Amino acid sequence: MSDSEVAVHNPALRHHFAEVEQQRNASSLGMWLFLVTEVMFFGGMFCAYLVYRTAHFGDFAAASSTLDLKLGTINTAVLILSSLTVVMAVWAAQTGKQKALVMYLLLTIVLGLAFLGVKGVEYAEKFEKHHVPGPTFHFAGAIPGHPDHPADPRHAEMFFSLYFVMTGMHAVHMIIGIGLFAFLAFKASRGAYTPAYFTPIENAGLYWHFVDIIWIYLFPLLYLIDRHK
Amino acid sequence: MATTAVTPERANYLNAEYGVKSWLLTVDHKRIALLYLLSVTLFFFLGGFFALLIRLELLTPAGDLMQADTYNKVFTMHGIIMVFFFLIPVVPAVLGNFLMPIMIGAKDLAFPRINLLSWYLYVIGGLLILHCMLTGGVDTGWTFYPPFSTSFSNTKVVEAGLAVFVSGFSSILTGLNFIVTVHRMRAPGMTWDRLPLFVWANYATSIVMILGTPVVAITIVLVALERTLHLGIFDPKLGGDPLLFQHLFWFYSHPAVYIMILPSMGVISELITCFSRKRVFGYKFVALSSVAIAVLGFLVWAHHMFVAGMSLYAGLIFSFLSFFVAVPSAIKVFNWTATLYKGSISFTTPMLYAFGFLGLFTMGGLTGLFLAALGVDVHVTDTYFIVAHFHYIMVGGVLMGYLGGMHFWWPKISGRMYPEFWGKLSALIVFLGFNLTFFPQFILGYMGMPRRYWQYPPEFQILNVLSTAGASVLAVGYLLPMIYFVWSMRYGKPAPDNPWNAAGLEWMTSSPPPTYNFDETPVVTWEAYNYEELNKKEEVPVER
Repeated sequence: MSDSEVAVHNPALRHHFAEVEQQRNASSLGMWLFLVTEVMFFGGMFCAYLVYRTAHFGDFAAASSTLDLKLGTINTAVLILSSLTVVMAVWAAQTGKQKALVMYLLLTIVLGLAFLGVKGVEYAEKFEKHHVPGPTFHFAGAIPGHPDHPADPRHAEMFFSLYFVMTGMHAVHMIIGIGLFAFLAFKASRGAYTPAYFTPIENAGLYWHFVDIIWIYLFPLLYLIDRHK
Repeated sequence: MATTAVTPERANYLNAEYGVKSWLLTVDHKRIALLYLLSVTLFFFLGGFFALLIRLELLTPAGDLMQADTYNKVFTMHGIIMVFFFLIPVVPAVLGNFLMPIMIGAKDLAFPRINLLSWYLYVIGGLLILHCMLTGGVDTGWTFYPPFSTSFSNTKVVEAGLAVFVSGFSSILTGLNFIVTVHRMRAPGMTWDRLPLFVWANYATSIVMILGTPVVAITIVLVALERTLHLGIFDPKLGGDPLLFQHLFWFYSHPAVYIMILPSMGVISELITCFSRKRVFGYKFVALSSVAIAVLGFLVWAHHMFVAGMSLYAGLIFSFLSFFVAVPSAIKVFNWTATLYKGSISFTTPMLYAFGFLGLFTMGGLTGLFLAALGVDVHVTDTYFIVAHFHYIMVGGVLMGYLGGMHFWWPKISGRMYPEFWGKLSALIVFLGFNLTFFPQFILGYMGMPRRYWQYPPEFQILNVLSTAGASVLAVGYLLPMIYFVWSMRYGKPAPDNPWNAAGLEWMTSSPPPTYNFDETPVVTWEAYNYEELNKKEEVPVER
């Protein structure tokens, strides 16, 4: 088989591809398509959120204003920073900087864990305030700008349902991403990635950026509904 | 290589390795296709068993075989198994998996290991639904409508949902794999306008799979969370809207119908050109109509909700769009008919199935137009008219295409010929049995018999008896191919490389193909369906 010569040059080339370039393109296209499916997956939730936010705007704004804006902002910054470290990791892999690659991957993991930690603090606060949907749910806020007009607690409960589902699903994706980077860091420390082959780093990076972008939408939609009043 | 007729031991994907491990850990797309073949067939007969229970119950007007609770579980299981575990994977995962790489001249799909993962996800989903079935079942119907599914049903909704969720990812990964394969793995010279129409059809299907399936996945997650954690998403008590669920659900589940039918349409394009010995009429139109169906199919979902309390204006638009999606389907039917015109037609088993498809799909499609019309739809919503309509498409259309394709490519898959007489007989029995089963249901529905009830007024009995009789004929028609396919694996005549003198790369490799499909990567220098050239040379062109 004529491929066997090429395979000697690059052990990462799998049998069914003719050349490295083709394999790289296939992996990259596959990753982008996977992200498309992720967009649709989150799209269902965003759709539900937008429908109810339009239907019960005042109540959603009231519920939203109880979220911790400071922690949300910190988390946004943490995530954007982690995107930077991912980009640096890809660059390090591209240029063959072995140690830097492992370091940036570990840094990304640390930032990801920091995000989850802050999220945990926020979740704990919801439990304390009885803002977790279910039999113990309690909400007594007024509609922003209308202090004598109490918000409908049932609609507030829907807001928090969506809040937990959306941020929860986002957190699940973060945990998967952290696991992915832990695996890649382990492999990278053993020299698995070279300037000739670093597709897994690139694809994991794409995934991480996607998870970031989801947050970039979640943050204003959930935290900033009606903050200007 | 071509003239040596008796070389059954030539190295191929079947005899490359032996043992259970070589199958369960294989990354060869052809072996994975056979794994799917085995598992979807299992589920087909399980779903068929439930269909049989339904038909037996409806033999008499009274609820004598089972009571309402059991009947609800039976039709739900029939629906879930047939839709998610048979119709959606059947053609892409079996025939598509086997043929897509060969047809474009590749050694395998782009991601062979993900392909195997797809099968395992399918199996895990299948085991979950089996467990759900054996430990109590579920009674929501395959549609899982809230608030019944979230607040009232006392059956295993979450587990059934999880099964659908997991098998959904199997379908997403298959779609992703196909798209990347078509984009990145084509052999030199295999340009987009030389792709076989089966590849185009599966490509369009894959688009629907990756765009639609994630939406139903998250929708089911929301139902499960609402049911278990009492979140308020669709619950009207909290101001939620069950209609939102229906929108999200049908956003996938209507296009899912196209996931089922498009690959079968692809099969039919192959069969009709081959057995008319003509290039397909209007290649580009047939190819792009697949993509058009995939795109337009996403814009018609709310025609399932005309009586659900949706705004009339939304209804008008969805009605119009539903008429519109019939256009590309009609383009296909007209082009197939035009391909037949002045062709030299041979009535082989696959061609008989193709004719069956044309008849049944046209019936199903035209009655679909009745349902797209708002006024008629209101009259027949939730009656047996609907049941008959979608069975004409999903069983009449999809299964005819699938069985036609299985007969057409069986020599390639197994290296053996099936018995032609029995094949023709099965095609005939399936066609007659199908019409006897489902045509009476059109009349029943039009007369007003609602679906999903275990009892009915006595005046509907004659037609129901006809339908049940038809179902038993149909069962024979489906059992026959299974028996003689298995028989032929041992006793069938060894198949030549190209038994039909057909065009397409899959016929230029040996039967069955070697593990990497081709001894040398083919270079394509001819147009698709070059039957005019093939007819000139009586013999197969095999200068490879």
